[in-house]
Amino acid sequence: MTFLAARNIVVSRSNKKVIDNISIKIGPGELVGLIGPNGAGKTTLLKSLLGIVKPTEGSVYLNDMSMKTLSRNYVAKHLGYLAQGAPCYWPVTVKNIVELGCLPHTYDTKKVDGFISNMVADSMASTGISDLQLRKVTSLSGGERTLTMLARCLAGQAPLLLADEPVTGLDPSQQIKIMQLLKSQVSSKSGVVAVLHDLNLAAKYCSRLVIMAKGKIHADGMPATVLTAQNLSKVYGIKAQIRYLDGQPIILVES
Amino acid sequence: MEHDNKSPVAYFPYPGLLFLLAALVTVLFIMSVFWGTVSIPAITLLDVLFGDNSPSAIILRELRLPRAILALAVGASLGMSGAALQGLLRNPLAEPGLIGVSGSAALGSVIAFYSGLSVTYTLALPVGGMIGACFSVGLLYYLAGRDPSILTIILAGVAINAVAGALTILALNLAPNPFAAFEVFFWLLGSLTDRSMKHLFMALPFIGIGVCFLLSTSRGLDALTLGEDVAFSLGISIKSLQARIVLGIALAVGASVSVAGVVGFVGLVVPHLLRPFVGYRPGRLLIPCALGGAALTLAADIVVRFATQGPELQLGVLTSLIGAPFFLVLVVKTRREGR
Repeated sequence: MTFLAARNIVVSRSNKKVIDNISIKIGPGELVGLIGPNGAGKTTLLKSLLGIVKPTEGSVYLNDMSMKTLSRNYVAKHLGYLAQGAPCYWPVTVKNIVELGCLPHTYDTKKVDGFISNMVADSMASTGISDLQLRKVTSLSGGERTLTMLARCLAGQAPLLLADEPVTGLDPSQQIKIMQLLKSQVSSKSGVVAVLHDLNLAAKYCSRLVIMAKGKIHADGMPATVLTAQNLSKVYGIKAQIRYLDGQPIILVES
Repeated sequence: MEHDNKSPVAYFPYPGLLFLLAALVTVLFIMSVFWGTVSIPAITLLDVLFGDNSPSAIILRELRLPRAILALAVGASLGMSGAALQGLLRNPLAEPGLIGVSGSAALGSVIAFYSGLSVTYTLALPVGGMIGACFSVGLLYYLAGRDPSILTIILAGVAINAVAGALTILALNLAPNPFAAFEVFFWLLGSLTDRSMKHLFMALPFIGIGVCFLLSTSRGLDALTLGEDVAFSLGISIKSLQARIVLGIALAVGASVSVAGVVGFVGLVVPHLLRPFVGYRPGRLLIPCALGGAALTLAADIVVRFATQGPELQLGVLTSLIGAPFFLVLVVKTRREGR
């Protein structure tokens, strides 16, 4: 069981608090949607949880151990990171990218090459990109590229996956495909956090929503309790109607 | 585009590539030792081994061998440094010569030379070169590391190069002795002519350490393909990686420049040619680029011996003549790809 927790973290950038005293706990069994307007601090929170951004105050704990005291490799084995925009700077093949996901395990000399190649093959199969493995990542469509990066995360077998805007800019069918894959990763041992912008998509797939505004957590809970007209008006400044279809909220935005 | 993606060279077997390059380096090394204005029969090597002092043996021992070994070491360090720098900055146009690293190393050595330090301490020359190189790589990374766009890197590099160049010509300008200035000027052009075993022992240890530093960055460079944040999330310590690359390049390029002057473009041409053969993986590129750099430098150093009648063509002049148009083509190509 892997738990990730931030306790009273503050991240300041040029005297402005990008993250303002946030505490949050994330664990297995949930797909957490992190929502909120642009500039609310979602990406910074995600990067703080990953240890990429060091909090000015407070600490992040992985399995109740402070991130500062943990080795990079231990963190890498427990937290996977799907970066915004799926960056890739060289035209390497899909397979090579997925193999990079196994880097945290390759220090373990006991784990033989066969083990690594199995992890790579399995994760490409489960994301449906096995046929693309010899293609260059830079020649792929946005959806295929995100799937490649997702396969890379899965190959690392980290129990917690943190994804930054995994579906932004993709067509609806690709969005659904990726959300379904993220949901399928949730089990009694593993969980997912995803920064999302599409509220309906968030409502449909997430088991918990965290809504952020101005560096603070505005609401945290089940989609139906978080996605209220009042919350949306306060956080986004939009007027919205909430309808329910089979108990699942659907948001209709008025002008 | 479809064809491009399945290019077979991406799956060129890595050991085969290393073997071919190593064979090429070996052949060129042997040619470099035995070819020149005085042709030397291969049997002379035995004389050298037995300490014989025939004229041929002396030429071989005092001139040809140090020259060939230096070409090998300098070429290897330039090739590998180019590959490492491009991997760190995630940009195929970053080259130690182009962006002022070699120029700064030259400035460091020129300062060591003029201050008289190099007379008192032999090691002042390579150390000056390494300090200059270290300073420029550090500055470049500070200016362009976070945002590795072509524009930032080239502009930062041009600025560093301009400062180093200005200070170097200032030193030349103020040189009390015109002969010394002339000597420095020719050394700046880049050459391996008349280097002795002394030069070799001065530079080789530093080049060796630098290359070891760079070799240790292979896994980190591969991970950097995904950007700094993702590489960090994969367990790579970015700060340690940066430090090893900056130090490695400073040692290898600084020591190389201090004995051979500025031999430009090797670090640009070689990684570019070899990149497709390793499937564009920056970590995998390091060793092939060391071998390729050695081969290119050995070959160029053989060519300059025969290329001209009268004054010998300087090695750095030849590599620039080849490298500069190559750079231009690369710029046009990169522009077309729209990055």
